Formats: sequence, structure tokens, C-alpha cells
Amino acid sequence: MNPLRKQRLYALIAVLIGSLLATWLVVSALSENMNLFYSPSEILEVDIDENVLIRAGGMVKQGSIEKSKDSLNVRFTVTDYQNELIINYEGILPDLFDENAGVVVRGNLKTDGTFKAIEVLAKHDENYMPPEVANIIEANE
Amino acid sequence: MGSPPLFYRWSSKIIPWLGILAIIFLSVGLFWGLLIAPTDYKQGDVYRILYVHVPSAILGQSIFMFMAACGLINVVWRAKISGMMLKSAAPIGMSFTLIALVTGSVWGKPTWGTWWVWDARLTSTLILLFIYAALIGLYSSIDDKTKADRGVSILSIVGLAIIPVIKKSVDWWQTLHQPSTFTLTSSPSMSPEMYQPLLLCVIGFYLIFAFTLTLNLRNEVIDRERSKNWVKQIFVN
Repeated sequence: MNPLRKQRLYALIAVLIGSLLATWLVVSALSENMNLFYSPSEILEVDIDENVLIRAGGMVKQGSIEKSKDSLNVRFTVTDYQNELIINYEGILPDLFDENAGVVVRGNLKTDGTFKAIEVLAKHDENYMPPEVANIIEANE
Repeated sequence: MGSPPLFYRWSSKIIPWLGILAIIFLSVGLFWGLLIAPTDYKQGDVYRILYVHVPSAILGQSIFMFMAACGLINVVWRAKISGMMLKSAAPIGMSFTLIALVTGSVWGKPTWGTWWVWDARLTSTLILLFIYAALIGLYSSIDDKTKADRGVSILSIVGLAIIPVIKKSVDWWQTLHQPSTFTLTSSPSMSPEMYQPLLLCVIGFYLIFAFTLTLNLRNEVIDRERSKNWVKQIFVN
């Protein structure tokens, strides 16, 4: 390679490294703030004001869903398998909302430790399979 | 293929083949994916949008990497055709990124319960869309084509840093978007009868890219070399 081209190549590599470095700095500065939600354990660790809107996420605990018969009120427990958080919500739940499925809720942490959600989002996992395969897996467990 | 007249002649031969192959791969892949592949145990039929969403997202990112490679060749070796290639690929990559965002949004509403959420994966993909827009804007704001090529080449190298962020966003942060189904280290967490048609769709989308890129590049070559003799000869005869 002739010297001029080599020089341009080095300059360009320097640009790329600079850009990657800048991005890395932004990414690490944002690190915690870029998380979409907090886990129940993280919420228990800190004091959060009742009026602050936050998102909490985790798995819906098996057998914890209590639906009201005469309204859209629903109460369920979100767990990260270490700590739990009780969620109260009034509204329509997404199709994928289910026991043992991921969920992200937005709302306020009340002083009594329960969470009043104004929005419930279902979090999908990376598994895709036909129902027959899912049944076999369930039977084997 | 470095010289424009050579590329022009050679490309006219491969265009029909690229078109035919793209149609074959896409029609088989989409027919298989949308009608034959089994329904998902949890999502039902909604998941089938991934046969468009996943290839679009892959293409949106790989076209950017392709453009950065063109940018490198353009800056270091000053090969004219690489600048034209970068410019011709940009609108295609931007379209695929937009399709990925829109199809993801359409899928998000029934499954997550929202059209949009500012999580790391969605936000970083939106940034990629803006980088594409900036690149196209920069190119069209500079009259001198050689300088415009140089400018977008450097921008494509700078913008390359967003690609690993998009890729790793689901691992670095807690996101609403699910983690990768396909990884290098473990077997895919998707049934073979579901990912086989997906593979055909991905190949089909790459072929569409090759096809439209060649068409765009031919226009660009003719436009830039319009005062040259070889172009005049083609249009006079």
C-alpha cells in the first residue's frame, strides 16, 4: 500500500475508534438510566416518592392473579424470584399477560408497598414453538 | 468492475437473475412462513409478522455495515464506484430500517399492549434511521459529488458505532424487546419448522437489496458519467 493510502486508512481507523469510544462513554454513562424497568429487588432497595412514575418488571407469580368479578380491577404479584411486588391495576390487560410470563408495569409505588399501575405491558420471551411442542415440554417438566 | 462502463455492461446481465432469484426465495419463504409454518404456542398467528420484521431489521443493519465498507474503500483508495455504491445503498437501508420499525410497532400493539416504548432496542434502531436520514441529507446538500462521497463515507464510518449498540442493547439493558432468538453460542430457541422459512426470507431480502442496489447504481453511473463518450454511445445507438 502506498504511504498516502496507508495514512488515510490510519486516519479512518482513528475516526472509527473515536466514534466507538464516544458511543461507549455515552452507553456507560446512560447505563442504569437506559433500563426500561426496575426489578422488585431494586425497588425495595431505594426510597421512591409516591408521586414518581416508575416502571417495574418481572414475572407474574403463579396463582397470584385475582380478577374482580364486577370491574376491570386486577391484582397480581410480580416476582424476580428473590423479592415480590403486589400490583393493583384497573384496565384491559394485553393478550400475552399470563402467569409465569414477563410483564412491565408503569405507575406509582404506594407508601404501603403496593404498586398502583396505570399501564401493563406484556414482555415476550425469545422462544417460538408450535403448541404441540410446548405441550410436550410442559408434560416433561 | 471498478470501471463504470464495465460495471454497466456486466450488471445488465445479472439484473434479471437477481430479480428472478429474489422472487423465488421470497415467494417460497413467505408462502411457507405465512401459511404453512405452525402457529406459535403463545402468540398464535401474530408472530408471523417476524417473517418480514426480522429480515428487514437484519438488512437495515447489514446495509449500514456494507455502506461503511464502501466508505472505507472510497476514502482510502478513492475508488469512484464505491462512493456511488454507498449513495445508492442508503435509501434502501433506510427503507428496511423503517419497515422493521413499523412492523415491530404493529406487532407490539397486540403482544406487548403498546405501539412504542422507549426501550434501548427500539431507541437505538430509531437512531440508526436518523443516521441514514442524516447521511442522505448530507449527500444531497453538497453539490460536488466527489466531496459529497467523501463526506458520507466518513459519516458512515462514524455511524458504524451504533450497530453493536443495537445488537447488544437487549443484553446490556432491561428492555421490553425480547433477547435474541438466534445466537452463535447456543441452539436457536425457535422450532426448525419456523426458522427454515425465515432463513429463506432473509436470503430473499438480501437478493432484493442486491437487485435494487444494482438498479440504483446503474442510474447513478449513467448520471455521473453522462458527459463521457461511452454513455453517449449507449444512448445514440
